[in-house]
Amino acid sequence: MIDLEHVLVVGALLFSIGLFVALSKRNAVGILMGIELMLNSVNLNLIGFARFVESPRPIDGQVFSVFVITVAAAEAAVALALAVAVYRLRSSIDVDRLNLLKW
Amino acid sequence: MEDTAVIVAFYVLAIITLVSALMVATVRDLVHAVLFLVLSFVGVAGLYITLSADFVAVVQILIYVGAISVLMLFAILLTPRSGRDNASVPFAAPLGVLAGLIGAVIIFVGLKTEWAKTSGGNTFETTAGQIGEALLDPYVIPFEVASVLLVVAMLGAIVLVRPGDGGEA
Repeated sequence: MIDLEHVLVVGALLFSIGLFVALSKRNAVGILMGIELMLNSVNLNLIGFARFVESPRPIDGQVFSVFVITVAAAEAAVALALAVAVYRLRSSIDVDRLNLLKW
Repeated sequence: MEDTAVIVAFYVLAIITLVSALMVATVRDLVHAVLFLVLSFVGVAGLYITLSADFVAVVQILIYVGAISVLMLFAILLTPRSGRDNASVPFAAPLGVLAGLIGAVIIFVGLKTEWAKTSGGNTFETTAGQIGEALLDPYVIPFEVASVLLVVAMLGAIVLVRPGDGGEA
């Protein structure tokens, strides 16, 4: 029997891996990959709660995860457009060298 | 017997997901990192199926595996001079410790909380139909706002990468 705690542990491990990727990568696309991993772990938790927690309408968790996927798609499109625009300006998307706003 | 198969599938998919997420963090080539990210997304979609969320699993395959990963590959291919290596910042170990501590806190909270669980879990007969009814009855305002958000994001992406009149391209 799969239990809610198993889903939560998998989600927490996936979230911490995604957090590490988002914090430690130097390439902007790498940071975006970490953010997507974190959003996936949140979705996994939502689906797990929809499956196991008592609720008058248990489908709500799946509806929320559809909304999260929508926002993630919009965020990925804008972030990758930003990466391409920054690359045109600086010929690099290494976030360590993006210090335009630092005086 | 079928229950056992679901349990085995859950653990195998969880291991695939976590191992390929770790490979995203460690592999040297950025394109390989995106491919491992795709494998991780597929594993998460399989986990959704074992949790009886088949519509969300299909949406995950379509949007994450189909669209977002292709967007990422295009972004990598369109920025050729900025290095293919999946390098980390110089002091990555403290960041790993930080991420591990946050994960430990989340696991602790998840295991210690008394969740209001149903016995045996909720089963869904038709997830697509129920999600459609929920989107058009109680969640119709967020549904419309999501469509506006998608239009704004699409226009924003087009404006950001359009050549000319930005001064730089």
